[in-house]
Amino acid sequence: MAKENKIEIRNLYKSFGKKKVLDGVDLDVKKGESLVVIGGSGTGKSVLIKCIQGLLTPDSGSIKIDGEETIGTGKDVHKKMGMLFQGAALFDSLSVWENVAFTLLENDKISRSAAKNEAVRVLRQVGLAPDVADLSPAELSGGMQKRVGLARAIINKPEIIFFDEPTTGLDPIMADVINDLIIESAKGLGASTLTITHDMASARKIADRIAMLYQGKIIWTGTVKEMEKSDNPYLQQFIAGSSHGPIKVEI
Amino acid sequence: MFTRGFSSFLQILGKPLVSFVMSLGYFSQFVAKSVYNCFVPPYYLKLFFAQFMSIGFYSLPVVGLTTLFAGMVIAIQTYSGISEYGAENVVASVVLISVTRELAPVLSALMVAGRIGSAMAAEIGTMRVTEQIDALVTLSANPFRYLIAPRVWAAVIVMPLLVLFGDVIGIFGGYLVGVYKLDFNPANYIINTMNNLTSVAIVMGVVKAAVFGFIIAIMGCYHGYRSKGGAQGVGEATTNSVVTSSILILIFNYLITEMFFSR
Repeated sequence: MAKENKIEIRNLYKSFGKKKVLDGVDLDVKKGESLVVIGGSGTGKSVLIKCIQGLLTPDSGSIKIDGEETIGTGKDVHKKMGMLFQGAALFDSLSVWENVAFTLLENDKISRSAAKNEAVRVLRQVGLAPDVADLSPAELSGGMQKRVGLARAIINKPEIIFFDEPTTGLDPIMADVINDLIIESAKGLGASTLTITHDMASARKIADRIAMLYQGKIIWTGTVKEMEKSDNPYLQQFIAGSSHGPIKVEI
Repeated sequence: MFTRGFSSFLQILGKPLVSFVMSLGYFSQFVAKSVYNCFVPPYYLKLFFAQFMSIGFYSLPVVGLTTLFAGMVIAIQTYSGISEYGAENVVASVVLISVTRELAPVLSALMVAGRIGSAMAAEIGTMRVTEQIDALVTLSANPFRYLIAPRVWAAVIVMPLLVLFGDVIGIFGGYLVGVYKLDFNPANYIINTMNNLTSVAIVMGVVKAAVFGFIIAIMGCYHGYRSKGGAQGVGEATTNSVVTSSILILIFNYLITEMFFSR
C-alpha cells in the first residue's frame, strides 16, 4: 500500500518582479520519507522550502500538510515542523541551551530548569557535551553550530524537518557526521524530511528519494539508484558536476 | 515625437514615485502591525526590561552630558544678549523654558536615535540577513511581538523618564553658570526657576519624549527588519534609521509645539 503524503505541493508559482523562481512545482513528500531536492544555485530551492514554511507567500498554487491546505488559511503549521538553517541561524543574544530550548520556554512555558535539562539531553543526542550548553553561539565552530541548530530543530519532536544546505561550509568528515545525525534524528522521530542541497555526497547518503529542480520546475524524481542509472542529461550533468551539458551557467 | 518625449518624462518621474508610494505602503503596514502587536499577548517582559535598561539606564550619561552643556550654553547666551535688563530673573526662566520645552526632549531624542536607533537597526538587520528572524517564525514566535513590541514599549516609556532627567540636569547646568560664572544669588536663581516652572512645559516635554521614543524604536526596527544583502545592507539600515528618525524628530517637534500653542 502506498504511503500517505505528508506534504503535497501542486502548481506552485513564485516570482520576484519579472524573475520566475518557481514555475509550477509539483512535489510530494511521503510520511516518514527523506526527500532531497537538488539543483544549482539560484534555482529556487530555498524559495520552495520558505513557501512550505510560510516564510514566503506563493503567487499561486497549493501546499497541503497532512491533507490540509496551508496557503492563505492562517494556520500555524510550525508546531509540526523543525528547520535546520544553512547558517544555523542561532540567536546571538541567547546561550546555546536557550537556543535549543527556545520553543519549550516560549511556547510550552515549561520551567527554565526543566527546559535546560531537556536541552542538554538533546545536545547529547547530537554529540555535544553538556558544558557547551552555557556557551554563546559565537563561541562555537561551524560544525558545532549546525549540531545546535539540529538540536533546536528536533527538540519539540516535529513530524516534518527541513534541512537547508545542511553540509555547506563544513569539511567532508564533519559533513558526514551531520549527515549521520540527520538520518538518526529523522529515523528516531519517524519524521518526514525535506532537504535541499547541492552536495551530492550528502544527497546520496540521506535521501530515500531525490527530486531535481531546474528553472523553477521539478524535472526529475527517483531513488538514488534510479538517479545513477538515469539518462536525463540535466541530472547527469549536475551529478557529474560538469560545466558541459544542457545546463548553462551564467558567468 | 512629443508623445514619446512626454512618455519617457513620465517614466522618469513615475519610477521613483511608484517606489516611494510602495515604501510608504510597506512602512504604514509595518507601523500598523507593530502597534497592533504591542497590545497582543504574549508579552515578553524580560526582553522589555532588557531594552528598558539599554535605552534608559545606559543612555543616562550621554543625555546628562548633552543637557548639562546645553543648559550652560543657554545661560551664557541669554546673559550676553540681555545683561542690561535684569538678567538674573530672565536667565533662569529662559534656561528653564528652553531646556524643558525644547533642548532636553530634542537633544535627548537625537542622542538616543544615534545610540539606540542605530543599535536596533543593526541588531534586527543582522538577525534578518542571518535568517534569525525566519528561525523565530519557524519556532512559532511572532517577530513583531518578540522583537519589535518590547523595543517600542521600552522606548515610549523610558524616553519621558530620560527627558525628565535631562530637564533636571539642564537646569542644573544653567544654575552652575548663573551662580559660579555670572555671580547670581543661588537662592534667587532657584526661586526664579521654581516661579517659572509650569506644568505645560513639563507635559509638553514628556509628550514629545514619548512620541520621539516611538519614532526612534519604529524607525530602528523598520530599517533593520527590511534590511537585505549582508553587511552592506545592515550598514545602510543603520544609517537610514538614524537619518530618518532624526528628521522625523525635528518635524514632530514642530508639530507638537504647534499643537500645544495653537490651543
